[in-house]
Amino acid sequence: MLSVTLAALACMAAEAFREKDERMPIGGLGIVGLIGAAISAALLWNGNTVSYGVISGDNFGLFVTLVLVAVGILTIMFSSQVVDRDGIPAGEYYTLILFAIAGMIMMATANDLLVIFIALEILSLAVYVLTGIRREDPRATEAAFKYFLLGAFSSAFFLYGIAFTFGLTGSTHLDRIGAYLAAQSLSDNPLILVALGLLLVGFAFKISAVPFHMWTPDAYEGAPAIVTGFMSTGVKAAAFAAFARVFLSSFEPFSADWAPVVWVIAAATMILGTVVGVAQTNLKRMLAYSSIAHGGYLLVGLVAANEVGKAAILFYLAAYAITNLAAFGVIALLGARDRANDELRDYAGLWYSHPGLSALMTVCLLSLGGLPPTAGFIGKWYIFSAAVGAGYYGLAVIGVLTSVISVFFYLRVVVMMYMQPRGAEAQPVHVTALSMTALTVSIVAIFYLGILPTQVLNLAAQSIATIF
Amino acid sequence: MNLPLLSISWLLPVAGAALLLLIGNADGRRNGLIRWVTLLVSIAVFAVTLAIWASFSAGSPEFQLVERHLWIPAFGIDYYVGVDGISLLLVVLTGFLTPIAVLSSWISIEKKVKEFSIFLLLLEAAMIGVFLSLDLFLFYVFWDAMLIPMYFLIGIWGYDQRIYAAVKFMLYTMAGSVLMLIAILGLAYLHSAATGSYSFDLLKLYTLDIAPRTQFWFFLAFAVAFAIKVPLFPFHTWLPDAHVQAPTAGSVILAGVLLKMGTYGFVRFAFPLFPLAAAYFAPWIAVLAVIGIIYGALVAMVQPDMKKLVAYSSVSHLGFVVLGICAMNVNGLQGAVYQMLAHGVSTGGLFLIVGMLSDRRHTRLISEFGGLKAVMPRLTAAFMLITLASIGLPGLNGFIGEFLIMLGAFRWDPRYVVGAGLGVILSAVYMLWMFQRVYYGKVTNGENATLPDLMPHEWSSVVPLCAVALVMGIFPAIFLKPMEPAVTRIVDRMQNVQTLRVERERIERERSERSERAQRLLRAER
Repeated sequence: MLSVTLAALACMAAEAFREKDERMPIGGLGIVGLIGAAISAALLWNGNTVSYGVISGDNFGLFVTLVLVAVGILTIMFSSQVVDRDGIPAGEYYTLILFAIAGMIMMATANDLLVIFIALEILSLAVYVLTGIRREDPRATEAAFKYFLLGAFSSAFFLYGIAFTFGLTGSTHLDRIGAYLAAQSLSDNPLILVALGLLLVGFAFKISAVPFHMWTPDAYEGAPAIVTGFMSTGVKAAAFAAFARVFLSSFEPFSADWAPVVWVIAAATMILGTVVGVAQTNLKRMLAYSSIAHGGYLLVGLVAANEVGKAAILFYLAAYAITNLAAFGVIALLGARDRANDELRDYAGLWYSHPGLSALMTVCLLSLGGLPPTAGFIGKWYIFSAAVGAGYYGLAVIGVLTSVISVFFYLRVVVMMYMQPRGAEAQPVHVTALSMTALTVSIVAIFYLGILPTQVLNLAAQSIATIF
Repeated sequence: MNLPLLSISWLLPVAGAALLLLIGNADGRRNGLIRWVTLLVSIAVFAVTLAIWASFSAGSPEFQLVERHLWIPAFGIDYYVGVDGISLLLVVLTGFLTPIAVLSSWISIEKKVKEFSIFLLLLEAAMIGVFLSLDLFLFYVFWDAMLIPMYFLIGIWGYDQRIYAAVKFMLYTMAGSVLMLIAILGLAYLHSAATGSYSFDLLKLYTLDIAPRTQFWFFLAFAVAFAIKVPLFPFHTWLPDAHVQAPTAGSVILAGVLLKMGTYGFVRFAFPLFPLAAAYFAPWIAVLAVIGIIYGALVAMVQPDMKKLVAYSSVSHLGFVVLGICAMNVNGLQGAVYQMLAHGVSTGGLFLIVGMLSDRRHTRLISEFGGLKAVMPRLTAAFMLITLASIGLPGLNGFIGEFLIMLGAFRWDPRYVVGAGLGVILSAVYMLWMFQRVYYGKVTNGENATLPDLMPHEWSSVVPLCAVALVMGIFPAIFLKPMEPAVTRIVDRMQNVQTLRVERERIERERSERSERAQRLLRAER
């Protein structure tokens, strides 16, 4: 009892820390706050704390929290250079990033549908603004607006889903919903399917699963590169954590109803993400489609829904988050104030002028493509082994084939960087020590997860042991 | 004296690559140093592979020098390496060909020498790793990791169409291998279903009793991956592009070692893991192999480009290897493994010398040459020897393998030998015809009149190749002996399962005949 209380106190202390940092918007302080969150998460490990009955510090949530903290720290490190260069208002920028992360952590640990919704709104509002933070850029404004409209739409779906669920089960608390659904046989009640469907749509929007992915390419292309990286990793991780928690614990009894639907969504997401990705000439847009595809792979883990699948989702989230963020970090670093430099041809011959940067980019791309010995390979392997273990051979085959297609477009970037002469208009890029450190850390992490994944795999396995 | 030799053999090139990374060479001033370091590292690796051979006891079929460490215990994945007679020889072949590849790029590679050397060493590490792995997961990691350096070697340092060739190579091989990945995962789950724990341990998976239907699909997944790599007709289309566009070192390694991974995969994984499916598919694969033998030879015959000719000859020669494997008797399999080694040496040599010619003249068209014998007699002599080896002249390395394969295939089903024999004749036709057009006659093209003969670094790569070709032809026992127990074991295993199946089929047939007879009797009584 005492340790649980102490841990809860530590958690609150970390919350307080974070609140303070948000008001003092300097990147460094943000990092301190995030490290505070990481330490408290580490202290709470295995604690299974529940605060206010709606936030549960179980290992699942804490694992995702740690991933999110890593995403936050890396984002801030990459940002420092970009913020100065592009003249983005630093105060608002860091505040919004931190608010978004706070919302994400809340979403990942929330144990109540309403709290998930509130967390969703906190993070979404912050990210809408971040998308359009370069006010003078019409593309950014358009992206933010589109994102906002569709996001609001999806929130409404989600809220309806909550309402239906509440109407059926009399609670918004996940445990109680789960207990109620397990005890009562509602399988002949069509309303439960409506509730499920609405919640599914809400989540699918946030993780940009097909056919609710329409906003993604535009938003990702319009936003500043580093914000795109942040969105495509942080938001996705948080939304997936909540998605998995809701569907794999509370709505587990209805998995026979939702699994086939998610199967189709996963397959469509993987296929569309990769096939359309092939046709892109803008790197950010291409990575937007690739991130859609990666959402599909994560959904495979959700469909498989076995022990391995659940742990695989966590591991994949970690691997994907670091890799994708680092890739967007490179894109951000290569940009200039007046020119984003994010077209594929801007990368021609990068190797000859910036061998280090392009080597790092290559590692990220290979990891995204799932080639050993990188984190992406272990992640994919883990996901597909879950699918095979659950007997979903079809999904696994679609998964591996689409990942071959995805390698094709990742390689196009590599071809550009290594095998084409440098364009004439290319200008040299200055990379600060801080950004370089962030990149190096990410690359080390990618190789670490790719070569010695045992530690993290075990953590992921522990994480799911407590709640599912 | 208990050095972990196997780990050293693949970690050493990795360490060498890391060392090269530390040498600053922005302006290309240290190219010489880098070449020497690379050469020394690759020779050291070769020494290690020879040390492995020295400490290998030839009489035993078991895997030796085994190293095993837990890697990802939750899934039963181990770092598990070992060699038997088959993989031993292939590892030595890899160690032997890499220094030659380094020498072949001594002068011809001027751009980004450091990165070239790094990729070459990483490639060697991954190739050795593939042959050593006894854990399917580890195997797959090496198998896929190997694509990356090869892709860069072709794509950066290749000829005009290099990007197309590099991407095609990468996608073809990956498309095959990911399906194998699913089959590997499926195997691990079958193991878990049978025994309660996951395992990627090859030896444990050998003992699994897999339902014929599952075998059928898993075998297909493995076989497609390997068939693309071999490449077996009709999966061969990536090969001419990759071979022709790759720099000489890339072609040597590609032909010498990489293709053997496909055939090695058949021998080590696809056939023994799924013996029933293998028995079912073997005739079909053999038909494809024979088509490949003849088709490769015919296409080679009409190539105007020397490199392309050699590339298609590889398709033809590897058809022999696959045929030998499909025969699944000791002769056939031994011949197949021997032919793998022999082809590595002789085709590696062909690519090497063609590379020398194309470095001198920047063209590979046969019509551009002619009468070279007068200009460069030593190079001509070396090429002659290698050509004859490639054709399979007795006394040289190609003969033993082809002979054993034919013998094995004849015991299995003589019809295949007819096709294969045709391939042998055709190979003599296209090789000798090319030789004649390039080297004999008068010097028709003035540019050829002043070409230099073999240079020192070329001597040092050509002589070992010719020597090995001779040794393999004259003293085949050196190589046949260590592989024999391993080969016998695989064949025994295959035949045991197949005999069981034949027995089962016979019983079933008799039963159905009996019931038919009974019915006929019944009808007759009525």
